[in-house]
Amino acid sequence: MRSAPDALFRTLADPTRRAIFERLSRAGELTVRALTEPSGVSQPAVSRHLSVLKQAGLVHDRRDGRQTHYSARPQALKPLADWMTLYGAFWRDRFDRLEDLLNRMDQ
Amino acid sequence: MSETRTLVVERVMPHPPEKVWRALTQTALLEDWLMKNDFKPTVGARFAFRTQPMPHWNGVVDCEVLAVEPHQRLSYRWNAAGGLQTTVTWTLTPVEGGTRLRMEQSGFGPQDDNNYKGAAYGWQRNIDALEKLLAGLASA
Repeated sequence: MRSAPDALFRTLADPTRRAIFERLSRAGELTVRALTEPSGVSQPAVSRHLSVLKQAGLVHDRRDGRQTHYSARPQALKPLADWMTLYGAFWRDRFDRLEDLLNRMDQ
Repeated sequence: MSETRTLVVERVMPHPPEKVWRALTQTALLEDWLMKNDFKPTVGARFAFRTQPMPHWNGVVDCEVLAVEPHQRLSYRWNAAGGLQTTVTWTLTPVEGGTRLRMEQSGFGPQDDNNYKGAAYGWQRNIDALEKLLAGLASA
């Protein structure tokens, strides 16, 4: 129950991977080359990110001759769709911040 | 009528209730650990928490104060675009060496399309905070 959202958060916590996933969500299918061009990241790096996204079930790949086309699988975000999962992590983090603030405050 | 669920986070803070209460009710202090806000400690007052707007979310949590019992209990509605309608209640209990602080967020509905859409944007908003959290989990 807990591990699925954790794995997704870890995968999406990387800003480059998040950008790739968001781009595929908007654009539909794209090749590694099309994803690499505007990203400022090397093609092997983009390929590695795609492989991590694929392991997390966030992207789907389709071979077509020598080209591989990637597309987003937004349904993989479903475990994150639970407000309680989100707010559970949110409030625990905010409790940490509150404790930090209390330590900095005068009596 | 479908049933709703409640989220509880509780922690003993090594600080007196009066001090914890200030952190929960003074605008500048609240902003330090939670979000920008125009909170007023008056029952019936409407206020908002605000953060960076997103393409499909205005970055606003709409609130209304429901209960103010100084140093003991504070409750407000916590509603956000995307179908979230909940109530957040803070309870402060003096314990040896500090305050037991309990946060209850109640009124979570079953998953539906509205929640799904809202949460898809919600996670982006919270991801920076989550990165810190996950860094902690990874090293644990």
